[in-house]
Amino acid sequence: MLPRYLREPADRRTPVAYAGYKSTGLRAPLRTPVDLPHRLTEVTGPVLGEDMVTAADADLTLRLGGEAQGQRIIVHGRVLDSDGRPVPHALVEIWQANAAGRYRHVVDNWPAPLDPHFDGLGRVVTDDLGRYEFTTIKPGAYPWGNHHNAWRPAHIHFSLFGQAFTQRLVTQMYFPDDSLFGQDPIFNSMPTTARHRAVSRFDLERSQPDWALAFQWDIVLRGQDQTPFETDDDGDVA
Amino acid sequence: MSDDRLSPLVLAADESNDRRQGTPRRGSGFLTEPFRLGTTPSSTVGPYLAIGLTWADGPDVVAEGTPGAIWLRGRVFDGNGDLVPDGMIETWQADPDGRFAHPDDPRGAVATPGFRGVGRSHTVDGGAYAVRTLKPGRVPDGEGGLQAPHVDVSVFARGLLDRLVTRIYFADEAAANAEDAVLRSLPDDASRATLIAQLSADGYVLDIHLQGCTAKGMDETVFFAV
Ligand SMILES: [Fe+2]
Repeated sequence: MLPRYLREPADRRTPVAYAGYKSTGLRAPLRTPVDLPHRLTEVTGPVLGEDMVTAADADLTLRLGGEAQGQRIIVHGRVLDSDGRPVPHALVEIWQANAAGRYRHVVDNWPAPLDPHFDGLGRVVTDDLGRYEFTTIKPGAYPWGNHHNAWRPAHIHFSLFGQAFTQRLVTQMYFPDDSLFGQDPIFNSMPTTARHRAVSRFDLERSQPDWALAFQWDIVLRGQDQTPFETDDDGDVA
Repeated sequence: MSDDRLSPLVLAADESNDRRQGTPRRGSGFLTEPFRLGTTPSSTVGPYLAIGLTWADGPDVVAEGTPGAIWLRGRVFDGNGDLVPDGMIETWQADPDGRFAHPDDPRGAVATPGFRGVGRSHTVDGGAYAVRTLKPGRVPDGEGGLQAPHVDVSVFARGLLDRLVTRIYFADEAAANAEDAVLRSLPDDASRATLIAQLSADGYVLDIHLQGCTAKGMDETVFFAV
C-alpha cells in the first residue's frame, strides 16, 4: 500500500501570501489551490545522496583559500518526520549572509563588506539517524526594502527534499531571542503556533571550548497520514 | 486496603482524580490520537537562492546526448504579466515506462539508465526555465486506471512563502488527458489549458502564471494543495 502524507491544517502552515510582505502581492496566486490526492508521483521523490556533497561542503568557514570572519558556530540537529522518525540520507542545502549581513550575490549591494573567505553555501546529507551538522559563522542582520527601516533577523536558509515530493521544504532558521523578530513580516507570516519551530536553541553542551558556540535545530517534515488506532472505553487498543 | 486511606499520597476515588486500575472513569493512559510532532513552517527562498540551490547539472534529468531527450521550457510571470527573473522550478516525473527513480515505486526500480527523475532550473535567463528530460510514461492512478503522462512541478521565488505545486501535461496526449483523474477534477477547459504544454521545436513549452493578468489575457496557472 502506498503511503499518504499528513496535511497540516492551514492555521499551522505558513500562508503563501502575507500582506506585510509586499513581494507576495503580485506573486502569490489569488485562487484557492486545488486538492491533489497523493498518488505515485507525490509519494515518491528525488533520492539525492552522498554523491551530491563533499566533506568540505559542511564547513562554511574555510572557503576560497582562507578563514571566514565572524563568530564561529556549529549548527546541528535532526531531520524527523511528524511521526518522530528520522529522515536518513536526505540532502540538506543551506545558504546565508556573511557576518556583516551581506550575501555574495550580484543583487546584494548594500554597504556592508564582502568577506573574501566566505561564500555562504553549505550542503550535507543526513546520517542514519537523520542528523546533520554544519560549521559556519553567525550571519549578520541585513536591511531590505519592504518597509521603512526594515531589517531581516539573522537567519540561515534551509532546503530539504526528505523522501517524497510531498515532504519538500524550504525554510529559514533563526537564532534565539532576536530583537528583530517583532518587525519582520517574513518571521511573522508564520502562524503563532508554529513560529517557535523556526528558532534554534543555544546548545552549551555541543559548544566547543576555545572554538565555537553551538545551536541546535530539529527540522520536522510531514509524516505519513495513518489512520488512528481505535480505542475502547478502557483505552485499550481494540 | 483501608490503610491506604491514611496515607496523604492516596487520594479518594472521585470523578475528577482517580487513576487506580479498576475504578470507573480512570484516564486511559493511551494516546487516542497518533503522536505527532508539529512540522517546521516553510518560508520564502528570498532573492539569493542561487547561492545555495545551484546545481551545475540542475536541468539534466537526463544527460546531454540521451536518445529521445526533449526540453521542457517555459517562462514564469507575475500578476502584472511581467517575467519573474529570480525564481526556480523543480520537476519530478516518471521515466518513459512510467516508473520512478525511488524505492517506494511498488513496481520496481526505474529501468532507464541515467534517468534521475528530478530537474531544477533557475529562471535567471529572462524569467525562462528549461529542463532536459524524457517524456514520462503513464502512471497508475491508484484506482485501477492510468494517469496521463505528467510532470510534478514545484515553483519557488521571492514573494512566495511556500512552494507552489503544479503539473505539466502534454498536448499530444489528448486521449490520455481526457481520462486523467486530476485534469477531470478541474472545473473547465480554461483551467486544464494552463497545465498542458504545447509541442515546440525541441520538446514542449508551458508558461507558468503565478497570478492571472486580465490586461494581457493571461490566466492564472492551476496550483495544487499537496
Ligand atoms: Fe536571507
